[in-house]
Amino acid sequence: MSHAVLSPARPDVSSLTPALEVRGLGKSFHIGGLFSSQAVRALHGVDLTIGRGEIVALVGESGSGKSTLARCVARLEKPSEGAILVDGVDVLKRDRFQASREFRSQLQMVFQDPFGSLNPAHRIEHFLRRSLTIHGKGGTRQRGSEEQTRRRLEELMTTVGLQADMLDSYPHELSGGQRQRVAIARALAVEPNVILADEPTSMLDVSVRIGVLNLMRKLRDEQGISMLYITHDLASARYLADRTAVMFAGEIVEEGESLDLLANPAHPYTQLLVSAVPDPARAGSYDPIHRAQLRQAVMASAGCAFENDPEQRCSSKEPVRHQVGDPLNRHWVRCHLYRPRAGAGGHALATEPEPGD
Amino acid sequence: MTVSQTSFGSHEPVLDVKNLTVKYVGDSRSTTAVNDVSFSIGAGEVFGLAGESGCGKSTIANSIMRLLKDPAKIAAGSISFGGKDVLAMNQDELRRFRWQDVAMVFQSAMNSLNPVLTIGEQMADIFTTHAGYPRKESLRRAAQLLELVRMDPARLKSYPHQLSGGMRQRAVIAMAVALKPSLLILDEPTTALDVVVQQEIMAQIKDLQRELGFSVLFITHDMSLMVELSHRMAVMYGGRIVETAKAHDIYTAPGHPYTQALMGAFPPLTGPRIPLKGLPDGVKFRNIPDLAEIAPGHFVAPFDADAEAAVLEGAAQ
Repeated sequence: MSHAVLSPARPDVSSLTPALEVRGLGKSFHIGGLFSSQAVRALHGVDLTIGRGEIVALVGESGSGKSTLARCVARLEKPSEGAILVDGVDVLKRDRFQASREFRSQLQMVFQDPFGSLNPAHRIEHFLRRSLTIHGKGGTRQRGSEEQTRRRLEELMTTVGLQADMLDSYPHELSGGQRQRVAIARALAVEPNVILADEPTSMLDVSVRIGVLNLMRKLRDEQGISMLYITHDLASARYLADRTAVMFAGEIVEEGESLDLLANPAHPYTQLLVSAVPDPARAGSYDPIHRAQLRQAVMASAGCAFENDPEQRCSSKEPVRHQVGDPLNRHWVRCHLYRPRAGAGGHALATEPEPGD
Repeated sequence: MTVSQTSFGSHEPVLDVKNLTVKYVGDSRSTTAVNDVSFSIGAGEVFGLAGESGCGKSTIANSIMRLLKDPAKIAAGSISFGGKDVLAMNQDELRRFRWQDVAMVFQSAMNSLNPVLTIGEQMADIFTTHAGYPRKESLRRAAQLLELVRMDPARLKSYPHQLSGGMRQRAVIAMAVALKPSLLILDEPTTALDVVVQQEIMAQIKDLQRELGFSVLFITHDMSLMVELSHRMAVMYGGRIVETAKAHDIYTAPGHPYTQALMGAFPPLTGPRIPLKGLPDGVKFRNIPDLAEIAPGHFVAPFDADAEAAVLEGAAQ
């Protein structure tokens, strides 16, 4: 990392088939008793594209549906509607009932909790070797291949910045950051095109978080792996991701180049999130009146800032997208007039009474 | 910041911790969780204690409240609160000391509310038990408390599960300040909450602090949040304080390499995307010496600059 400013994504990302594409994804959860017909719509009409070698961050508060999206894309949850395309192939059609091994070798996950995702009874070598064996990337019983596998294991450890002799360690001997690196190495062993990382740093100590983010960036730069980085931490999304998508009440409300999106947030919900991040550089910026206005604008907007958009007319029925700023930033915002469904607002918005109510 | 910046010795400190050492005693070996730590908090001052998990910051909070349980032992040092020796208090004195003098909001305290009692019953309990008010008066005061944290008094009839996490946390903070303590200990009060809610709660704590004038011991690992809220702060590592100064001084000119690493661990929200280092895995500072003053009111544990840099570089890859 000798360069002063981190490089953006490669410019040709849009010309190729995206590594991962989500179209109109929806997910409802049934609630209540056996005879209840109630459902909670956790996701609704989510469109998201991740180009090759691109890192996209998905940010939002807890309950906004970002983890549900990750679970649907990882095929841990069956989506109610929509399509998931990996390398241009609709995987929901190809493997209708459960994820195939082919799918797993294309897309891997890194979970939030490195303490829970590694079996304490096995050595580190076991996790990596198992990935290699299952996906046929080594570890077969042919002669001479053992040496090759061993070399691959050591290479994996070096890639994620761990000592090769840690292969003989047990998970409890490693720190949280080291364990998360093992989890990343395990995902890498499969040589996936896409890595789905669901809050990979939130359980780690603050001083090692950056190291894990730097590792993810290095993997993208060196191996061209695309990533979906799911987080509630806007600053880390800005640091790592090329593009950022903001999720609110199960729908994406704004998306664009990370620096541009966080510098010029167009949707009131994004503005709410950005203004809430503690930043000593602008201490004392909390303004309850402005806050109340933003809430109002999110839940029951009276007007749209893009009323005179020549490209796209406003609509309170359809989630139309307005272009924000320079088209190169591919920054769009959903029309402010479109209201979230009643009761769908994140609990932070819906139930906290404002002073003077 | 409208509250005056208090520095060492300018006031009679509310809380004075001197050379505190806490050990967790095991059968074969014991661990020193807090090692010879001294700090003081002035009246109306917000003092931050930053550090990562396992650095001993919660152990300090628990020592002040005398909540340490076996195998933890206070091996040395003194804690005095308003001139009284906390470590020498008997059970009766402790009962008055806790909540009336010093109140504490624990990490994820919102989950510590009793699920089968309404908020009102739990809040009224404080006044009937600690202040001896009759029930009706207690309920009236509970309603006032909720208004203090800008919650609808009608919520007194709610059960905890009917409130969101942020509202429960507000209720807990209201309960903590119910008896007008002169020191409020906040142990990671907002870690379990979303940023928007976190900001509102911190703004509320600031308002309350201004209104009621209590001192705060604020414990967190989030440096940005701490710099925003605290007047003075200390950074802990491995049971030792490595740096203490006015919060703004630490933010603008962190002296110790560990403080710098901790500061560098939070990517900024503005400016260009600059590669950050953080603290590499496996870096350990050992035998941290006593603090030395590098600027007025700015104390840093001396370190061997070359050696530390070599360690940081060596572990980076």
